[in-house]
Amino acid sequence: MAYAATARGRSKLPDAERVRTAAVRVGLFLAVLAGLSGLWEGFRAFAEATGLRLGLFEANDRTMPHIHDIVGQLFEPSRRNGPLLIDVLWDAALFTAKEAAVGLVLGALFGFALGVLLAHSGLLQRGLLPYVVASQTVPILAVAPMVVVWGNPRLPPGLRDWGAVAVISAYLTFFPVTINTLRGLTSVDPRTIDLMRSYAASWWSVLWKLRVPAALPFIFAALKIAAPASVVGAIIGELPASIQSGLGGAILNFNQYYITSPPSLWATNLIAALLGITFFLTVVAAERVLVRRAPEHFA
Amino acid sequence: MSGSAVVSLSNVTKAFGGGVTALQSIDLEVQPGEFVSLIGPSGCGKSTLLRIVGDLVEPTSGDVVVNGKSARQARLDREYGIVFQDSVLYDWRTVSKNIGLPLELLGWDRSKRADRVREMLELVELQGFGDHRPWQLSGGMQQRVSIARALSFSPALLLMDEPFGALDEMTRERLNAEVLRIWARSRSTVLFVTHSIPEAVFLSTRVVVMSRRPGRIAAIVDVDLAQPRGADTREDARFFELVTEVRDRLREGGLDADRTAPGEGELVVGGETP
Repeated sequence: MAYAATARGRSKLPDAERVRTAAVRVGLFLAVLAGLSGLWEGFRAFAEATGLRLGLFEANDRTMPHIHDIVGQLFEPSRRNGPLLIDVLWDAALFTAKEAAVGLVLGALFGFALGVLLAHSGLLQRGLLPYVVASQTVPILAVAPMVVVWGNPRLPPGLRDWGAVAVISAYLTFFPVTINTLRGLTSVDPRTIDLMRSYAASWWSVLWKLRVPAALPFIFAALKIAAPASVVGAIIGELPASIQSGLGGAILNFNQYYITSPPSLWATNLIAALLGITFFLTVVAAERVLVRRAPEHFA
Repeated sequence: MSGSAVVSLSNVTKAFGGGVTALQSIDLEVQPGEFVSLIGPSGCGKSTLLRIVGDLVEPTSGDVVVNGKSARQARLDREYGIVFQDSVLYDWRTVSKNIGLPLELLGWDRSKRADRVREMLELVELQGFGDHRPWQLSGGMQQRVSIARALSFSPALLLMDEPFGALDEMTRERLNAEVLRIWARSRSTVLFVTHSIPEAVFLSTRVVVMSRRPGRIAAIVDVDLAQPRGADTREDARFFELVTEVRDRLREGGLDADRTAPGEGELVVGGETP
């Protein structure tokens, strides 16, 4: 009886605790958001009042639109008699999200497979790793047009354009996954390897029952970097592909009209940032579900 | 004779790089059902010897025969259950799934596995903890899980490398009694590395006393204490005699614990002498 009571009590407590920590977290987020907005508006008011200039920079509606103007712009028509800006950006964000999500999955799978390969063979590691690193020193802006020009004609019609962008996004995301997979797979406790050896476990069993589960926290740390990067990769990839339907197209478009409507570009940036955050949080949620490790393995 | 032995070592030598001889000319036979302890100071090669038997380390020369075959073949045939000083549990698996890991690797089906895991939890008295995570258990309980995992597939030989070295004295004594109970029930053969004299005497049918530089067998002490052993055994006059004898044999090998440098003083020389 006493045991049951404790068990119930114990299962109840974390729930209340969880609600409390969630509330604290949301409160903190809002406080920081308010603080940052305050800094933005405060700086602008200060600079305007004192006539402060930083080189050529001068705070005004063009360089620093009011926060309420940026948010308000979302609910203005995007062009005369056109749909609201937020509707346009929502569709653009969905389009870019598709490219980025496919890119992230492709990049993660390729990055993981490459990490396994490099972890398996020291020779391959020494031979290939410099080129893997070199691949990341080439600016994505130089790679993107090549992927589009070379890849697009070879893609089936359903994948054309956005498929090439997904590949560019994958190019930007695989690297951290490879490095951390390699690190995670090779950093297992040698005694756990001895244990598997004593059971005469196959290479395959050691990989899936020991190395990969042990490497998961490392891999998720990499995915947290890769997820927002996949959004950046998709946006940048849209530019040379001349894709108009995504956020990259929107940024390019509103860039051209910046003189007449600065808040539109800022609003687009806001949506792009929100998309990146959404990707990040999705990875965090997946980590919560998939990684079942002792508490010290969570950052 | 060696035809029936579980472990038969002849002239086993292990040299590491840099001319360090870890083990020299080791001859040892372990018969079925025996509980043999290897005791000695750090650096005597007792753990290395255990790892050579388990085919985790290759000897430089000499023969290792386990159940009539090479150590490697015995490993491939899953003849070994190993327990390390740390429990080496996988923290992403529940207690039950840790115990069932070797069974998974042996390709047992789910229901057969579940039955055996239940038996094992009962054997080490951890019923009700199957769904816990390893980190939710105390060190002693974790080590019991590790023992259950080692015994789950009924290996011919249980290799234990200072399994209770990291535990407090109270837990260690309780687990000693538990290991004897499990040993009697499972009728397994055990090779046990320890640096505690009372533990070696309490558990073993034979104590192999080793000396270092190079690691050799200095003496073998037969432990003729009655079975089953329990709390009373530790009060037995014969128990103290045997503890003294093992200690004397260690001294003869130049291994007086009093002369062990601080920091190396891992040798527990019977604090319980009368």
